[in-house]
Amino acid sequence: MPLFEVRGLNHVFGGLKAVSDFNLVLEGGELLGLIGPNGAGKTTIFNLVCGVYRPSEGDVRMEGKSVKGLYPHQVTARGIARTFQNIRLWPEMTVLDNIRVAHNYHLGYGLLDVLLHTSRYRRAEQEIEHRAREILEVMGLKDYAGESAKNLPYGLQRKVEIARALVVQPKLLLLDEPSAGMNLGEKDALIMLIRWIRKEFNLTIWLIEHEMRLVMNLCEYIHVLDFGQTIASGTPEVIQRTPRVIEAYLGKEVD
Amino acid sequence: MRHSQTLLAALVFVLTVGLSWLGWIDSYTQLVIMFVGVNIIMSSSLNLINGYMGEFSVGHAGFMAIGAYTASILMVLFFSKDSVFGPGLLPAGWAILFFPMMLVAGGILAMLVGLLVAIPSFRTRGDYLAIITLAVNYIVKSAIENIQSIGGARGFMGMKRVINGMQAVLDAPWMMIWTWISVFVTILLIKRFVSSTYGKGIIAIREDEIAAEIMSVNTRRAKMVAFMLSSGLAGIAGGLIAHILGYINPGSFTIMKSTEALVMVYLGGMGSLSGSVLSAVLFTLALELLRPLQIIKWVVVPLLLILLMLFRPEGLLGQRELTDVFPGLRRIFGSKDGRSKEGTHAAV
Repeated sequence: MPLFEVRGLNHVFGGLKAVSDFNLVLEGGELLGLIGPNGAGKTTIFNLVCGVYRPSEGDVRMEGKSVKGLYPHQVTARGIARTFQNIRLWPEMTVLDNIRVAHNYHLGYGLLDVLLHTSRYRRAEQEIEHRAREILEVMGLKDYAGESAKNLPYGLQRKVEIARALVVQPKLLLLDEPSAGMNLGEKDALIMLIRWIRKEFNLTIWLIEHEMRLVMNLCEYIHVLDFGQTIASGTPEVIQRTPRVIEAYLGKEVD
Repeated sequence: MRHSQTLLAALVFVLTVGLSWLGWIDSYTQLVIMFVGVNIIMSSSLNLINGYMGEFSVGHAGFMAIGAYTASILMVLFFSKDSVFGPGLLPAGWAILFFPMMLVAGGILAMLVGLLVAIPSFRTRGDYLAIITLAVNYIVKSAIENIQSIGGARGFMGMKRVINGMQAVLDAPWMMIWTWISVFVTILLIKRFVSSTYGKGIIAIREDEIAAEIMSVNTRRAKMVAFMLSSGLAGIAGGLIAHILGYINPGSFTIMKSTEALVMVYLGGMGSLSGSVLSAVLFTLALELLRPLQIIKWVVVPLLLILLMLFRPEGLLGQRELTDVFPGLRRIFGSKDGRSKEGTHAAV
């Protein structure tokens, strides 16, 4: 059974066909790239997978079970986590709290436990705090635990966002343009980070990227999207030589 | 360290109740002190929605009315001779035991109405909650006005007899006692809620709702739970004010009352519990001091609000707690809140 499957995914916004017949099978362990010009429908696919939008047609399956029609928090609980194109941390909250809140997928207590401070609540909260600090430690962020997320430099905010996604113990991690807004040095660090978390957390990673150097460097397999359609897929070497891809990015030559 | 918070609460309790019991403070001052307590419950519970969660509820008085009428009717029905309900069903002296239960019953009914409001209005984010809560405030008021068996627009009374029944058993300032117990319980519950991982979900909703939903927060449930908690506490405030005054009418739970709660939330700072407490004290005292101005009061108060919005839009404390503003206090009131514990530089 494949880890993750997308079958015949179609999505229409009003009259616009944003995604048409997208298919994908991940066995587990891959590092896959999704590229394409602006407006090709990449983020839409992520949103369809995560349950932000409900697909017009097609199915998304995680470990054999359909996640179509579930609320995003339920999809997350099935083991799919993501980051966002424009960082979406909770800016006024501390870094530690940003990580803590992501534990809502399995708290192990209810409202009454909170209000009565039962021992179950206290044990669970201790465990959550412990795990949150652990992940900050592992990601090299422990010095920033008490800082408001908005006060962190851009590169670190990205890192916190990735740490937050890792909290939900995903099997599949979706990264939406992780290098957006980063300088060269930060991009190199990001490549290392992605490789490292993949190994450390035993992840399957699917990422959207505009930065070709990063994609070609990192991904083992790439899908190219244009106007909602998959126009090519293959290894980086194959993609770089595919005329349709060059055409999509640079335009057609006039005879 | 945290014992000092309990100590402060005990001190407030002993002072207010003790001085009232001994008769060292006159009944007007007692009344103002109890108003302060009720307003603390109103502002801090509304802060949960408008401050911590970042939604906009404008009909808090509607829930207060539900709690007020429920608790009053139950108490009068059981413990007092009434022209409509006939003689009390239980001996008047038992009122002492049953009062907290009836208070909670009022809270629960307000909570259920809160749930009814929450289900449709949280389907979409935005101004819907404001419009729906506004409507609910009017619906509750008009509904009560049209139920003649509970007095309609003339209002409902008989709670004084209930209190007298309690005092016949033991001559204590009962309402002062229950007001402050309710205040402490309210503050404790809200504090526990917003400092838990569960409750911080509503802060995440304020900060970025889509991120909250995707990062595993069940946003619909979180909003409903917070709204129910908030309206339930408003219901308890209603039950208290009804028995403090001994008389309620639908006219006391209009949009004006809801606005008072809003003013207190914004005065104190959205998402600041100590700010809500502080502003409730200041606002109640200010209203009392301005009483000689009579109707001009309602020119002065909104004017103060406008000035506040112009010069300090984040309220007295912003999103911070008192211990963040005055770090010295932290030595006395060691705060369990994550922010205060972690970084002083981020706080001030």
